[in-house]
Amino acid sequence: MTDLAVLSGAGKRVRRAAVDWTGIAFLAGLAVVILLPLIVTAVWAFAEVWRFPAIVPQRMGLGYWQDTLSRNDVWTALWLSLGITTTVTAISAAICFPAAYAFARLDFPGRNLLFLAFLSVQAFPKFGLIVATATIFLTLHLVGTFWGVVLIQLVGTLLYMIWIPVSAFQGVDRRLEEAARDVGATPMRVFWSITLPQALPTLFAAILITFVSTFYETDAAWLIGLPNVRTMPMVMISFINNALEVQYGAVLFVFLWVPSFLLMLAARRVMGADAFARGLGG
Amino acid sequence: MAQVRLSGIAKTFGKVTALDAMDLVIDDGELVCLLGPSGSGKSTLLRIIGGFETPSAGAIAIDGVDVTGLPPERRPTAMVFQSHALWSHMTVHGNIAFGLKLRRLPKSEIRDRVERVLDLVGLAGYGGRLPSQLSGGQQQRVALARSLVIEPKILLLDEPFASLDQHLRERLRDEVRDIQQRLGITAVFVTHGQDEALAISDRIVVLADGRMQQVGRPGEIYAEPKTAFVAGFIGAMNMLDGLLADGEIAASGLRLAAEGSGPARLAIRPEDIALSEPADGRAATVRRMIDFGAHVVIDSALADGTHLRIQTDKAIRVAPGERIGIRVDRWTVFTEDGEPRRYRSDTLRSFRDVRYA
Ligand SMILES: Nc1ncnc2c1ncn2[C@@H]1O[C@H](COP(=O)(O)OP(=O)(O)OP(=O)(O)O)[C@@H](O)[C@H]1O
Ligand SMILES: [Mg+2]
Repeated sequence: MTDLAVLSGAGKRVRRAAVDWTGIAFLAGLAVVILLPLIVTAVWAFAEVWRFPAIVPQRMGLGYWQDTLSRNDVWTALWLSLGITTTVTAISAAICFPAAYAFARLDFPGRNLLFLAFLSVQAFPKFGLIVATATIFLTLHLVGTFWGVVLIQLVGTLLYMIWIPVSAFQGVDRRLEEAARDVGATPMRVFWSITLPQALPTLFAAILITFVSTFYETDAAWLIGLPNVRTMPMVMISFINNALEVQYGAVLFVFLWVPSFLLMLAARRVMGADAFARGLGG
Repeated sequence: MAQVRLSGIAKTFGKVTALDAMDLVIDDGELVCLLGPSGSGKSTLLRIIGGFETPSAGAIAIDGVDVTGLPPERRPTAMVFQSHALWSHMTVHGNIAFGLKLRRLPKSEIRDRVERVLDLVGLAGYGGRLPSQLSGGQQQRVALARSLVIEPKILLLDEPFASLDQHLRERLRDEVRDIQQRLGITAVFVTHGQDEALAISDRIVVLADGRMQQVGRPGEIYAEPKTAFVAGFIGAMNMLDGLLADGEIAASGLRLAAEGSGPARLAIRPEDIALSEPADGRAATVRRMIDFGAHVVIDSALADGTHLRIQTDKAIRVAPGERIGIRVDRWTVFTEDGEPRRYRSDTLRSFRDVRYA
């Protein structure tokens, strides 16, 4: 008995000794780089007075929340941003998903070239591309319009909305499709009943990434949208640039960060972390 | 009811010839095994029958109807894939019912048929599970059930149990044979396990390099291989390179009666060799003895070092390095051209003489 106890105790000690210090160091580093700014900003959102030498704010409260959230331009911008983002994501999915399926499954001449063309949009210096587009949009009277912003942001979504779905469709085992044909399904039926459901979690990940990144897109929104179309990030930037108190920006940051973070968490729960990993080339 | 006729089937992928000049008739209710080494074209042939590949040449007819141009969903075939290929987003019931729903059968009938087929494969009560909640063997049974439920005329199985352990594999293949005979369906079973082929098939088709080497009943293929390849591939076999001359074949110091002249290959089954007193041209040196319990296998070396496998009585004991005499009861000589020639030693006759004396 005693012998056994000693042995198992020794076993535990060995296991405890194998602490992964490198891993912990990395984690600590990441925490400082990512979490610290988050925390500081979050604290700012609730600080009413916070002057330089103090480590914690002198006075906390919800005053700035009231100020910020009672502004009309904030709510207008929020609804506008949601409208633009939803439109962009929906159109992008409608264009890109069928294209992705074609790239993944069909073998047509010029396939690789076309695929490259889709992706190469991302290789241009983005700002230059937007400026060039802006000059074209000017002549088309698209600058400063809802559809102008939608169009330019659509271009920015192509990379993720093609790339991730292509690997999603490629990740569907051909034999699953063949098995469905085998028991009598037509190619169309196979797509709806087998291929699409199998690829869905990863497609959903692509939609989510596109939605969030489009919502926070600034360059195009700035050059094409302003002054008539002011999206949420534009409002945030103007708060900061116009030297209103830092708190306005911080409040909006927390206000927007919380829902998108919760959305991501929910998505992870629903489809499992591997859907993201698979989408990004797994 | 369902007869498959392949005429002149060939298939090339780019420059690779996967299949060539296949002529084969599979009779109604027959279970035919496609047997051959990796890359010999077994899967390709099966996929051509199932409609997943179109042959580059030739035609395929089922019950006299040409189906060469028909897609899989319009052929009376059903395939069981090696990787089971179950749809992970559907339950077991959903997987099996899918084919029936496509046929727009009434709900109650679908339920009955799914339950009956689950019963048949020994998985009653598993309908509500997801494929990921089943063991490998159970997953393969579901795949089998999914194919059987649509009542195919022809069942195609592509190494369905290759990923399972041996015990389970043996049990499932016996079950497949049992079900196939009970339902009276025609089946084509791809395997590269010769034991599997010998155990369950009515006929075996041996493939090598995309060509049919031999078609025959299991015992026939084992006892009378037509080519050196089949001889070496089915069952344990000693294959020796030899030279024919003066009514004898000489191979690695072994000399046996044979007609003809020139280079030839000598094939001897381990169980066709018995031990005797060493003599000139009839001797070997023991390297290792393997005791299988039911019999003993002696790995020995001939004069030039070539291995010779001998299967003999379980009571026999020899030591490494020991010199033993061998007596070959049956042997086959394959020449470059012409039919193989089979020989039996007269010791068999003398054995009979002893019995009837
Ligand atoms: N889609 C394809 N494209 C190109 N070559 C192929 C394709 N499918 C099969 N082949 C080639 O055809 C030949 C026969 O392949 P097949 O899959 O039929 O072999 P197999 O007998 O089933 O082998 P295994 O026992 O390894 O499954 C091989 O040389 C293979 O490389
Ligand atoms: Mg194969």
